[in-house]
Amino acid sequence: MSKLHVSTTVNGDSVEFLCDPRETLLDCLRDKLNLTGAKEGCGTGDCGACSVTVDGRLVCSCLMLGVEADGKDIATVEGMAEGEELHPLQQKFIEYAALQCGICTPGVLVAAKALLEKNPDPTEEEARYWLAGNLCRCTGYDKIIRAVMDTAADMREAS
Amino acid sequence: MALDDQKSVFKFVGTRPDRPDGLDKVTGRAKFGADVSAAGMLHGAILRSPHAHARIVKIDASKAQAHPDVKAVVTRADFSDKVPFKPGLAGEFWNVLENVMAGDKALYDGHAVAAVAATSALAARDALKLIEVDYEVLPHVTDVDKAMAADAPVIREGAADYSVPEGLHPNVVRYHESGHGDVEAGFGEADLVVEDSFTTEATHQGYIEPHACLAQLGADGKGELWCTTQGHWIAQKTCAALLGIETAQLRVTASEIGGGFGGKTTVFIEPVALALSRKANRPVKIVMSRSEVFRATGPTSSASMDVKIGMKKDGSITAAQGIFRLQGGAFPGAPGDMTAMCAFAPYNLTNVRQVGYDVMANRPKQAAYRAPGAPMGAFAVESVLDELCNQLGLDPVEVRLKNAAHDGSKASYGPTYDQIGLVKTLEEAKAHPHYAAPLKPGQGRGISCGFWFNHGGETSVSLALSEDGSAQLMVGTPDIGGSRASMALMAAEVLGIPYENIRVTVADTATLGYNDVSHGSRVTYASGLATIKAARHAVERLCARAAAKWGIPEDAVKWEDGCAVPSGPNAGDFDPLPLADITANMGATGGPISGHFEATPEGAGVSFGTHIVDAEVDPETGKTAITRYTVIQDAGKAIHPAYVEGQYQGGAAQGIGWALNEEYIYGEDGRLQNSIFLDYRIPVASDLPMIDTVIVEVPNPGHPFGVRGVGETGIVPPLAAIANAVSNAAGVRMRDLPMSPPRILAALKARDG
Repeated sequence: MSKLHVSTTVNGDSVEFLCDPRETLLDCLRDKLNLTGAKEGCGTGDCGACSVTVDGRLVCSCLMLGVEADGKDIATVEGMAEGEELHPLQQKFIEYAALQCGICTPGVLVAAKALLEKNPDPTEEEARYWLAGNLCRCTGYDKIIRAVMDTAADMREAS
Repeated sequence: MALDDQKSVFKFVGTRPDRPDGLDKVTGRAKFGADVSAAGMLHGAILRSPHAHARIVKIDASKAQAHPDVKAVVTRADFSDKVPFKPGLAGEFWNVLENVMAGDKALYDGHAVAAVAATSALAARDALKLIEVDYEVLPHVTDVDKAMAADAPVIREGAADYSVPEGLHPNVVRYHESGHGDVEAGFGEADLVVEDSFTTEATHQGYIEPHACLAQLGADGKGELWCTTQGHWIAQKTCAALLGIETAQLRVTASEIGGGFGGKTTVFIEPVALALSRKANRPVKIVMSRSEVFRATGPTSSASMDVKIGMKKDGSITAAQGIFRLQGGAFPGAPGDMTAMCAFAPYNLTNVRQVGYDVMANRPKQAAYRAPGAPMGAFAVESVLDELCNQLGLDPVEVRLKNAAHDGSKASYGPTYDQIGLVKTLEEAKAHPHYAAPLKPGQGRGISCGFWFNHGGETSVSLALSEDGSAQLMVGTPDIGGSRASMALMAAEVLGIPYENIRVTVADTATLGYNDVSHGSRVTYASGLATIKAARHAVERLCARAAAKWGIPEDAVKWEDGCAVPSGPNAGDFDPLPLADITANMGATGGPISGHFEATPEGAGVSFGTHIVDAEVDPETGKTAITRYTVIQDAGKAIHPAYVEGQYQGGAAQGIGWALNEEYIYGEDGRLQNSIFLDYRIPVASDLPMIDTVIVEVPNPGHPFGVRGVGETGIVPPLAAIANAVSNAAGVRMRDLPMSPPRILAALKARDG
């Protein structure tokens, strides 16, 4: 099958790649752009390890085709920190031991950032339901939820 | 080691610093199994049997081989034919080989029968459709009780080992019996005897990272393997045997590991990728899909169990007996022996007898899953204890305290306990506000204890000092949940240099001696012990340099707070010599300074926990909500308490999934019906409450700092604790897991007649 040319923006950078029309956005990010921060945990949109934002909207990149990224603005975990400055969520996840193996962490961070942009003052229940699409098998979510809630409080205070 | 030698005052240990690999893991920079590529790399894909049991009559791969994108096709013929078949677990290499690539028969839905390497992942997947396999479908069995019945299809003749008594079905491949006292006499002394039967379904470890590897193997028998694994030396040893090459010629590097929980203690795709690479003479990457992970790796055993316990009116247990039948897929290895040995281990019993069966069925080869075998037995035993407490009107914590094993008790499985922490966990439970908190209508509370052995295992650690006084520590146990942090803390404690000045690396198989797998809750115990001793070894050498500099005997120098100091007033009057001052000149004073330690430590120290759970059952839908959860567990000594809490919380969460929702569902055709996360639903954030933890610290005499492993014990009590909470909430004894809404509705209906 002949490949299609895609031009898109990833973490602010203009990028181009050729992809098979069957390849997912996740495949393209990982295999063509070497952005392996987004992970494939299921390939069916159930685990959220591949979470990215497309034009600001949280999506599972395994459920979107690479060709659909044309002309879009994609943000991945690799774009969360600004230079040496980690995003407050990234900092707090380390501080709270909110990761054990770390495979779900990029997706959880991208999803949590999208939550706080939409709702800077979530209740614990709102945070739990928002992150219900991100499976973590190690932590039981306790420290993840605490880290997200505490980051939200810090960011509200700072703004 | 005598307890008196044990360190109990710490500067670094017990603090909660940021993990050394934290930045890599929050920025997406950490390299997991599927995150690497190589120049000229091919992509592998595996063809899997759609049948639960079938003879492979013929495999015709000619069309696939003729495709221009396909560079290699392998079947069983491409692996070593010198791996001997032996009964039971004596021929485990053969069992693994048979599992990673089927021989004469496909033994379960998902069993690998052939593999291809092609120029892209899509091309490899497409090429699988070009392989034609001629199957002769055979009768199958997936249920453990049916697999033991006289009319069950025989999966493999000759697989049973010496332990199996005469007269059992050939699918029963190992047998365990142990205990002490006279159980019949004990039951005679009881005021009440409760006997009941229980089942649990197979569950998957459910690590979020599917198996992935990148392999290269040349015709010269030299190879490189990168893979996600809990133990790269066992991967090295196994792959070498299956490929017929020398172990030392295969260098294996462990990637960051995205969860394992026991499921990544063996190999699946790695030998296949190596075989493809050898044939194509190019690097080959294989990444499993989630469906392949469910169909062809890991799950734990399913179980069918009968438990009988006698009790006096005052709550003392007079006798206990359990029969535990575990199904472990089409290979020996179901941990019926472990289930039996752990089931009654929390209790100090005069009369106890336990029997375990290892039974084969047409399912994937079971793999270890966190305290393998123990949660099922605890579910059955602790459910019967709860029933006895209910019928006799006794407090469940008091009854457990009354019967609890303590220092010097003879364990149900044989040995005599050293210093153990069970009683302390029960006392903490009794005093915890959770235990006294009122329950709302519709809610029930459950208690359970749990036990796990913990493990030592072969361990080798090296530590090298740099001129600027920093240290690099090389361990051989993959960091599965923050172990770099605990290793650095222990090394810092001994060296007396800041935690941040220590870099911990998981070394590959070419740069360190053999290390057993990250399993058995052994990493903080065994790699920790070896780290402490390697650091002490380096300290001895640092002291020797100081002694030489000062011109005093080596034994006149001691190490204090990161400095060499004279050991007393008679040793001389010298200013403390900091580590960095010694290393700065080490090239000129005798050369590099390193420390090393290797051993198979035997003092892992058993571990106990007690869980308290509140559950609320919706009588309309049968759905259960866990409303409060408290884990109390003995850690011996918590090196990094945040990661100890994380282990407790994670164990509880997995137990909640196992108890309420997770199960392998097979159709009549023997095919797995729920091989994606949508249908095999593990707990999500909105399913769970915060999970409270209490870290009990009863030091393990077998570790210099008192550490006991903490990873596994946390999954032992949840099944029973939740079942007891649900049973008490619903007013009906739940005997089968998972307690899914349809099961609960059926139980409520049966209760109401």
